Amino acid sequence: MSPLRNVRSWLDERFGWDNLIAPLRKKTVPLHRLSYWYFLGGITLFLFIIQVLTGILLLLYYRPGANEAFESVQYIMTQVQFGWLIRSIHSWSANLMIFTAFAHMFSVLFLKAYRKPRELTWVSGVILLFLVMGFGFSGYLLPWNTLAFFATKVGTEITGQVPIIGKPMMIFLRGGEEVTGATLTRFFGFHVAVLPGLATVLILLHLLLVQRLGISIPPKLEVQWTANPSAKREMKFFPNFMLRELMAWYVALGVLGALAAVFPWNLGVKADPFVPAPAGIKPEWYFLFMFQTLKLIPPKVWFIDGEILGVLVFGLIGLLWLLLPFLEGAHPSRPKRWITGLAVFALAYMAGMSVYGHFAK
Amino acid sequence: MATLRNKLGPYCAAWSMVLAGIVILGVCPAYGQIKNSCLDCHSALPDPLEVSQEKFTQDIHSQKGLTCASCHGGDATSDDPDKAMSRKAGWKGKIDRKHIPELCGTCHSDPAYIRQFNPSLRTDQLGQYRTSVHGRRLAAGDTKVAVCTDCHSVHDLRAPSDPRSTVNPVNVANTCSRCHSDSGYMKGYSIPTDQFAKYSTSVHHEALAVRGDLSAPTCTTCHGNHGAAPPGVDKVQNVCSNCHTFQAQMYEKSSHKKAFQSASLPGCVVCHSNHGISHPTDAKLGTGPDAVCMQCHTPGDACDQARAGFQSGLSRLDDAIRGANQVLGVAESSGMEVSEARLAQDQARDSLTKARVTIHSFRTDLVDQDIQAGLKIASKNLQAGKNAMIERNHRRLGLGLSLVAIALMLVGLLLYIRRIEG
Repeated sequence: MSPLRNVRSWLDERFGWDNLIAPLRKKTVPLHRLSYWYFLGGITLFLFIIQVLTGILLLLYYRPGANEAFESVQYIMTQVQFGWLIRSIHSWSANLMIFTAFAHMFSVLFLKAYRKPRELTWVSGVILLFLVMGFGFSGYLLPWNTLAFFATKVGTEITGQVPIIGKPMMIFLRGGEEVTGATLTRFFGFHVAVLPGLATVLILLHLLLVQRLGISIPPKLEVQWTANPSAKREMKFFPNFMLRELMAWYVALGVLGALAAVFPWNLGVKADPFVPAPAGIKPEWYFLFMFQTLKLIPPKVWFIDGEILGVLVFGLIGLLWLLLPFLEGAHPSRPKRWITGLAVFALAYMAGMSVYGHFAK
Repeated sequence: MATLRNKLGPYCAAWSMVLAGIVILGVCPAYGQIKNSCLDCHSALPDPLEVSQEKFTQDIHSQKGLTCASCHGGDATSDDPDKAMSRKAGWKGKIDRKHIPELCGTCHSDPAYIRQFNPSLRTDQLGQYRTSVHGRRLAAGDTKVAVCTDCHSVHDLRAPSDPRSTVNPVNVANTCSRCHSDSGYMKGYSIPTDQFAKYSTSVHHEALAVRGDLSAPTCTTCHGNHGAAPPGVDKVQNVCSNCHTFQAQMYEKSSHKKAFQSASLPGCVVCHSNHGISHPTDAKLGTGPDAVCMQCHTPGDACDQARAGFQSGLSRLDDAIRGANQVLGVAESSGMEVSEARLAQDQARDSLTKARVTIHSFRTDLVDQDIQAGLKIASKNLQAGKNAMIERNHRRLGLGLSLVAIALMLVGLLLYIRRIEG
């Protein structure tokens, strides 16, 4: 008996290993012309794993604190062997992960994969997307450079616009009235402890739900396959789909490596709270559509402050987005196109506003 | 114990209190204001007798509680013009130009009086004025020269720190130019009238008016204000050295000082001019149209050789800094982290500036010392830039090899999938 079989047999004897992984063996993936969208969730998971691994490596040298953070990142970029690669991969991977998470969400919307019985998968996924954006926001400040400092100042100021709870929330996020070293320590805590803990639990729940409920089939195809079971085509998850997913992960790794080597992540200039904010300062691309919208809202809309209105509307949209599967009604079999229309509009709006925000002065 | 009671109800009492409060608040600001009846008529009179209430409230004297009578005499509290402007009440009428400095001096030369308003304000203006060209000429009967009100304005006189003041550093040159650029007015004084035109093109004007650097010199910085006079030929370097300390120290010990003194040449002005001082460039050391050395020196002599050495040394350092900058720029645009070398470039630039200052010693050994220090730093920074480029190429090679490995892995996986699905 080979050593691997010995280990397996040892585990099976004690924990019922074969029973534990039996569902994985039975798991299948539907095969159709849109099957490639199924890779996005896996790629996002792969990028999250990369984030965890490179994040742990960065922790070996990173020192949170207004007087040390910038210098420690500079040290990582210039002195630590392959430090530049680890930090650049961490930053690029973060951006790619946010992109693939958004793409995964829209693919789920267009393929109607959020419908019963997968409502909770959608809810956990949307919360994960919010967490990923939280990772981006908190991680952006950690190098303590000028752009990060002022982006955090603007970002937390927007949080402060929320009526009643806004100001206390802003003070909680900043660790005081202003963005200081206390904010940096706090964001570091969120970034390396609170958010990863929450994200890990939610990812496990998300994967458990995917495993439990199986992979969804687009409604039209499901109708066809129910009517004609012989037309149904599927692939075993393990090893067939897993090997293909592995290929996608390798491609993602190649893209990450190329981005990190050709465009190493910029360090910027150390933050100085006493200098004025650079002209035309903008947030990271994934917050740009919200930022640009807030900029375009007039200062007063009827009797409400424009910015407060914008923050409230975005908050409401976020909540409705989270509860989207429950808004479709009790008869998901009935053709409902409005959510697809909404998804197309949301995608076009986000893309359009982001491009506008990028070029706007 | 007896308790006194009135017949007011509680609401009536409250209203009475509020009314009393309003009356007191209304009266308070009026209390302390001194009546100034002069403005009642003079605000309606035509120029030059016109002094509006609006104009006079801008005047610092008015703000400190002084009235028209403080300078012109008379009784500003009387509404009757005859009483207000009676000689009995000390009315002086229009103040004669030749008496203006003395009149201003009655308060501004009295430290005890001035201390009440501004303890740090100087009280030697009149004394200084008497020593100035303006003051001496006025004493000699020339009433065309500037008196206090010509520069400081009158009836709307503002503190010099006020940007609207005619004697605020930013406005001083314009104020002086009102007379000194007027060739008709200056006729008979046998001094040029192009100072302001030249100053407007100077590096000093650019610093003050364009960059807003209030430490940059204007007319009064070099000529003095109340004691205004042209600095003597042999004292020019004392004026310049107030700001250009290091250059002056170098010049003091140089061979040029003695040479200029013996030839009665005005120090710094010989090479840099006075009002129209342009930004000094290394071309001043050359032989082209901007060159200054060769205006006195003979081509081929020892000084000419030293000049050529200075120029080539500065040029070498400048080129080295530019070269390092270029390589660091390319490395930076390739995403390489070279901020430390970028920072060190400032040190190289400092050496270049120091070498340019040391030129005023006219000693080749001292100038060469600064140039060598700068060249050493620039060379180190250039090497840092080159190393960054080598590192960049290594990274790209590493990326290429990694991508080949990934491609091989992908091919392997594809073949394996085909095999298990075949």
